[in-house]
Amino acid sequence: MNVGLEHYLVVSALLFALGLLGVITRRNLLVMYMSLELMLNAANLALVSFSRFNNNLNGQILVFFIITVAAAEVSVGLALIVALYRKRQTAHVEDLTTMKL
Amino acid sequence: MGLPDILFYVFAFLTLLCGVLVIANPFSRNPVTSAMFLVLTIISMAGLFVLLHAFFLAAVQILVYAGAVMVLFLFVIMLLDLKEEERRKIKKFSLIGGLVSVGAVVTIFVKSILAAQPGANLSTPTLEGETAALGKLLFTQYLLPFEVVSVLLLVAMMGVILLSKKDLK
Repeated sequence: MNVGLEHYLVVSALLFALGLLGVITRRNLLVMYMSLELMLNAANLALVSFSRFNNNLNGQILVFFIITVAAAEVSVGLALIVALYRKRQTAHVEDLTTMKL
Repeated sequence: MGLPDILFYVFAFLTLLCGVLVIANPFSRNPVTSAMFLVLTIISMAGLFVLLHAFFLAAVQILVYAGAVMVLFLFVIMLLDLKEEERRKIKKFSLIGGLVSVGAVVTIFVKSILAAQPGANLSTPTLEGETAALGKLLFTQYLLPFEVVSVLLLVAMMGVILLSKKDLK
């Protein structure tokens, strides 16, 4: 069976699910952040495969912008984590319960 | 089954395997290991991009993601000096809830993909994601978003400088 659009989409869906699972189960802020990156990458893969199989270059432009925005997002998010660590000396979400009722 | 198909299966398997090892590594719970496996995931995903003839994006993926972003991640992990985290009990409730919800999401995705058959009546792909075509589109039709993104990067940079000042006000 030739590899088609569906194959890439299934890989993308599985990768997205892995990222979601990581965000839900892991409690380390940095690992949760890496799982978010995994989900972003899954979306990128789906976009690129749609772009390829529909003969439309616009999807790849969108992926280019997503990568740029993701880079900006990572830098801001990691700066936030560092600032948080300076104040609270922890990178675990379980220890950050100030806003809990 | 030609060579590209075999390569697709190889790269897809590598991507998913390294993805699993990012979130649940049975041998080590050190965030550095997760980061290294995320690098491997991204590199094998660049292989998938090459198979999709998105050569420019494959290069950007390796340069920006595996290069810049992951170096930033590793840098922060080193900066925080996280000890090998003690084995905290993963809460049963969150594990079961996560598995159930993720299983539901996967079922919905895969079933809808298989039901919709989005690639059923598409002509054979001829698109080449080479740099010249992408650059032409980027600097004509998408010139305004391109400039806006550059401003966004500038704003992010200023935000990071502000956030990492010693006395955060």
